[in-house]
Amino acid sequence: MDILVCVKHVPETAEADIKIDSTGKTIEKAGLVFDINEWDDYAVEEAVRIKEKLGGTVTVITVGSEDANSTLRKCLARGADKAIRLSDPKFEGSDSYAIAKILHKAIKDLPFDLIFTGAQAGDDGYAMVGPILAQLLGIPHATMVKKIELKNGVARVNRELEGGLEEIVEVKLPAVLTIQTGINEPRYVSIMGIRKAMKKEIKVLGMTELGLSENEVGEAGSWIKIEKLYVPPVEKQAEFLDGTPEEIAAKIAEILKARGLV
Amino acid sequence: MKEIFILAEHRRGEIRDITFEMLTKGKELAEKTNMELAVVLLGKDVKEHAKTLSQHAKKVLLIEDEKLENFNSESYQKVLSHLIKERKPLLTLIGHTSFGMDLAPSLAASLNIPLATDCIDLEIEDSALMVTRQMYGGKVNVKARLRQAESYLVTVRQATFPAEKASMNGEIIEIPSPLSEEAANKRFIEYVLPPPGGVDITAAEVLVGIGRGIKDESNLPLVEDLAKALGGVLACSRPIVDKGWLPNDRQVGTSGKTVKPKLYIALGISGAFQHVLGMKNSDLIIAVNKDPNAPIFSVADYGIVEDLFKIVPSLKDKIYELKAGKA
Ligand SMILES: Cc1cc2nc3c(=O)[nH]c(=O)nc-3n(C[C@H](O)[C@H](O)[C@H](O)COP(=O)(O)OP(=O)(O)OC[C@H]3O[C@@H](n4cnc5c(N)ncnc54)[C@H](O)[C@@H]3O)c2cc1C
Ligand SMILES: Nc1ncnc2c1ncn2[C@@H]1O[C@H](COP(=O)(O)O)[C@@H](O)[C@H]1O
Repeated sequence: MDILVCVKHVPETAEADIKIDSTGKTIEKAGLVFDINEWDDYAVEEAVRIKEKLGGTVTVITVGSEDANSTLRKCLARGADKAIRLSDPKFEGSDSYAIAKILHKAIKDLPFDLIFTGAQAGDDGYAMVGPILAQLLGIPHATMVKKIELKNGVARVNRELEGGLEEIVEVKLPAVLTIQTGINEPRYVSIMGIRKAMKKEIKVLGMTELGLSENEVGEAGSWIKIEKLYVPPVEKQAEFLDGTPEEIAAKIAEILKARGLV
Repeated sequence: MKEIFILAEHRRGEIRDITFEMLTKGKELAEKTNMELAVVLLGKDVKEHAKTLSQHAKKVLLIEDEKLENFNSESYQKVLSHLIKERKPLLTLIGHTSFGMDLAPSLAASLNIPLATDCIDLEIEDSALMVTRQMYGGKVNVKARLRQAESYLVTVRQATFPAEKASMNGEIIEIPSPLSEEAANKRFIEYVLPPPGGVDITAAEVLVGIGRGIKDESNLPLVEDLAKALGGVLACSRPIVDKGWLPNDRQVGTSGKTVKPKLYIALGISGAFQHVLGMKNSDLIIAVNKDPNAPIFSVADYGIVEDLFKIVPSLKDKIYELKAGKA
């Protein structure tokens, strides 16, 4: 089973102080910590587990600048065999549609039985690269996959629906599956493992090597053009309670008491 | 007259709420731009749904086919591309749900029409389409323009618009199914219902919701004690279930449960919309998060910007003090 996994190098933002930069079209990247997209972490783990069971190879691919090497190395340390980085200054400003087109060019001539992507990227959250890639390759897809069984050229998968409901669908291989968090428990990567992975080669391909033209990538090749970023207006802002932890605890206790909750 | 399509979403015999939410926005857009709103309904034996939907829009485009019995993105894609090519709607709205996420991107790519996903608002200016969406877990809003085209696709976030109320007596237009065969590459097998039993968090009056901010499984007893002090139970955000720290019947949110307790205390939860949709209607929401810009503070009644590990023990003590005073 040869599996390709698309991974994205994204900033951790849940705990970070996000600032919109002076162009108003993106955020300030300085000071942010980047790592593999949470969903992709599960996708890589799933691919490696399948390889360990059935044999084959796992190749990780990213569209990104040199910074993304650390994410690729993490995947190699986790058990991926090869890493490819697609990179070109012209790729700047690509939306997920353009990213899918770039990935398609790199993937179409590679041997594979399965392609995994994350269900969504934690930064821009389009949730569309996987199914678009499938469409461009002319192969089926299933999104938000939480369980995979492979047999006789078919992937039988559980897709997550809303409210705890799942559905089982079968897709013919080769196929693209977008992986939902919780499908497995990603293994711990040791420093040793990462150090070993430092020696592995990362193949880098640019726009012309991929046979892409300028109007297919970047903003020109995208569906979406960002006009401006802004801080979401708050409809209802919480009343903030401050003081020492004891004072705050006392204030909360008062509120709960007044409402008959204690 | 140009049309705006709303793709009806239904599952296991019920029209899903997102359909009526999209109708609200669709109607507003259609009125503003003088276009006609049409609900597109695909399925098998769904005339009852068609009747219901005809009370919400001038037109219901109904395509019935055995092969459309259960949602299958491959079959749906075929029918919709046929319909979109034929009628050239300016805009098609689809829910940003597990159904829409499986369908919209490949449909857009196959037709080569621009798609914006997970939108929380949209407007039509002349024939250009502007959308509002969120990035970075809801910390930033984005206004974006779709590439100029004759037809656009947009997926709409759940619970963003109020549900439309029945106000019309529309026409049901039956269209013959363009499908000649079953989907060749994708097959629906069956639904899997969540296992019964466990703790029913939807019945609890007090929920202490924990998120990734609790950092480690070894911290569970601490928050469990607080829940106990309050006579409530623990609930959580998705990562806690993904890590296996709590069973999935404790998960609050779109892929978990929708809860409406008298009190919801959110500890170390950032407030991603998938979580918020599951708890925002709680009577009283108190959030503790060390990040003052965490989106959870825009749904909370009271906010505490502090390390949860400093607040939780003090709060537990205070509650017991209060209770002792009462006794
Ligand atoms: C299709 C789909 C369905 C989903 N369904 C759900 C769902 O049903 N429910 C759900 O919850 N999520 C769901 N998610 C995931 C969702 O998008 C978020 O990833 C998730 O809700 C984040 O959980 P969190 O807030 O616990 O973690 P994070 O976003 O990582 O937030 C952790 C927070 O803890 C704070 N924190 C850290 N340390 C401390 C401390 N010591 N004291 C105080 N605060 C601290 C941080 O400031 C941060 O705000 C879904 C995602 C997808 C794509
Ligand atoms: N720049 C990228 N390089 C490689 N894969 C990507 C990139 N962007 C997105 N993906 C993949 O597509 C998935 C969904 O991303 P998105 O459609 O942008 O939400 C991610 O989880 C990745 O697997």
